[in-house]
Formats: sequence, structure tokens, C-alpha cells
Amino acid sequence: MNKLSNYQINYILSLADSTLILGQRNGEWCAHGPILEQDIAITNITLDLIGQARNFYQYAATLINEVEHKNETEDSLAYLRNERDFKNLLISELPNGDWAQTILRQFFFSSFMLLVFEELEKANDEQMAAIATKSIKEINYHVKWSSEWVIRLGDGTEESHNRMKNAIEALWMYTGEFFIPADYEMIDVASLKEKWLEKIKAVFEEATLSVPENTFMQTGGKNGIHTEHLGYILAEMQSLQRTYPGAEW
Amino acid sequence: MSDVIKEHIYKILEQVSDPEIPVLTILDMGIVRDVIRDDQNNIEIIITPTYSGCPAMDAIAFDIKMKLIENGYTHVKVTYTLQPAWTTDWMSEEGKDKLKAYGIAPPQHISSRINKILFAQEENIECPLCHSTNTKLLSEFGSTACKALYQCNDCKEPFDYFKCH
Repeated sequence: MNKLSNYQINYILSLADSTLILGQRNGEWCAHGPILEQDIAITNITLDLIGQARNFYQYAATLINEVEHKNETEDSLAYLRNERDFKNLLISELPNGDWAQTILRQFFFSSFMLLVFEELEKANDEQMAAIATKSIKEINYHVKWSSEWVIRLGDGTEESHNRMKNAIEALWMYTGEFFIPADYEMIDVASLKEKWLEKIKAVFEEATLSVPENTFMQTGGKNGIHTEHLGYILAEMQSLQRTYPGAEW
Repeated sequence: MSDVIKEHIYKILEQVSDPEIPVLTILDMGIVRDVIRDDQNNIEIIITPTYSGCPAMDAIAFDIKMKLIENGYTHVKVTYTLQPAWTTDWMSEEGKDKLKAYGIAPPQHISSRINKILFAQEENIECPLCHSTNTKLLSEFGSTACKALYQCNDCKEPFDYFKCH
């Protein structure tokens, strides 16, 4: 396999893994949301994320099978790869925490992915551009919804404001990784940092929150080095396929 | 492909409905992108998902195959395309009328696509029950990925709005 297609496959898998793992995490809110409408909202977003993940896995499987003459499918890539093979951003695998933490993670992640998809839309990879165009339509709703909730909670009661502050403290150190390119990354992520920060600051300002300064940034996810939380998600998510290989419903 | 066969296949596809909004056919929805027949009589139906994660797609592909087989077309393949991305602008006028009669406010024109201004909502969404446009957004996310939840300020009826996409 040549280096370029190897990079391309790893990059597609990294996007697939981030959207799948965050989808799996958000799915834990199903029937546990603070109120019915928001339970439905977070699970709708989950559905979009899993749909985007499927598009990426299907495309990755096609390329792997072409290049390596294997027989991968979207299912084998999602259910039969090991922890160190997963290249998702660390923030996607963290436990949900409270509603504030879930909202803030969605806001950080969707604001970042919107910029990524806008780059991919311009890429000369036709299938990636198609997936990006489709995803942007969906992610615009995610960004809007999570931005509004950050403002609602940040500029809400003393309790909700404090919860938002705690969420920032817990999650900020996982945002640095967004902008540190892995060797396989096909777009210039470092160049997106300023635009992302601008969006975060604008919403934080309205939410009476502030961006922490000079914080240590944790990295590793893009290269398969994960927090202790990923193994547990994979155990739950993959157990059925590993116990009953090829099971369908 | 001869127009007669193509027309016949489109007639059959009119009988396939969206499993989540059964009043709409897949043609009303605008998700059938093309019908292709090669010289060995293999039929390929190309469809596009409304949303990436739309769980109805597999059911729709299955229903298309079943309906065509029932009508004598045995070599049928359903393939998916993402390009160009589906938009509510492809929904037929007939489909919009059916939605309204079913109690779901149909998508408005393309110009009213998501308003990115925070806390802004689409204006003038008509209540499918009393036709008042004095309505409010309850949630951008409704009972399926393609719908938002609204409520009428006049008759108080909560209703689904098929959001622009």
C-alpha cells in the first residue's frame, strides 16, 4: 500500500471514530435527558453523528478493500477494531458528566467539525466532499442548538453558571488536540484554531463565561493513545458482534 | 431505456411510501434520483438519504426491491448517492399538500433555510390545524431527524414542522 492511500484511510477512519464514539456517548442520554424535548434533541444529534460515521466507515471500507484486497465493511471497522486502532479525539470518549458538560462538549466538537467539513467540501476527493456537504447541513443545527444552551446555562442561574464553569474546567484541556495535526491528516487543522476560538469566545461572551488561559493540553487520541474511558465504551459497543460474529437485525 | 418501462417503474415507485411519514411516497420526498436499466434488464434505482443517519433508508431500499419484484422486475439493485445532497426543495408540491393534510407543516422555501442567528426561529410557519401563522418554535429537533417541534399560539396545538434542509 502506498503512503498516500494509507494516510487517506487513516484520516477517514479518524473522522469516523470521532463521530461514532461521540454518538455512542450521547446515546447514553436516551430516555435520561433533562426534559423530553432536549432528550429528543440530543438523540437526534446522535443519529446524525452515527449517520456521518457510517458514511465515513463505508468509504474507508471501499478504499481499504481496493488497496489492500481485504473484505472490510462499515461494521467490521466499527465493531472489530481494538482500542489502539481507534483514532477518535479524546473529548468524544469522555463520560457525559452533567448536562452542562454534554452541551459544552457538543459545542466544542460541532464548532470544530463544521470548520473541518468546510475544508473537506473544497477538497478534490469527491466522496469526502459529498459527505462534508451532507454533514454541514446537519451540523449547522448542532452548532446552533449547543451554542444556545451554552448561553442559556452560562447566563442563567448561579447554579447553571457554575456548572458551565466546571464543564469548561473539565473539558478545555481536550480541545488543544483538535489543532495539532496527526501525520495522516489531510487538511491543515492548525489553521482552523483562530476561527474556532473566535466562535467560542463570541458565545462565551454572551454566556458570561471566559476562555481559560495557559492550560496544559492533553493529546493522544488521534494516534490511538486514549483515556481509560474508551475501552469501556468499546466493550459495551462491540460485545454483541464479538460474541455473535456477523449478527444482524 | 425505453420511456415505457421507465414510466412503469416510476408508477411502481409511487406505491413505495416513507415508513416514517406514510402519506408521502418516495417520489414526493424527492429521494429517488435516477432509474437505470442496462441491456441485460438489470434495474438500478439510485436513492439519496434525507439525513446521513436516516434510519428509514434501509427499509425504503427493501420496499423498493419488494415492489419491483412483485411487478416482475427481478434483477433490482438499489444504490445510494450523497451527491448532490438532498434538499427539501425537491419535495413535490403535491407532497407538501399531503403533509399539511396529515398535520405536519411542510418545509418553506429555500430562502428560509436554517437561520444561524442564535435564538432566531423560522418565521410564519403555518399551524396545520387552524392555519394561524402565530406559532412558536419548541425545539429544532422533533420526532424524526427531518422535523422540528412547533406550537400554535392561537389554537395551542403542538405540531411537527418539516424543517428546511
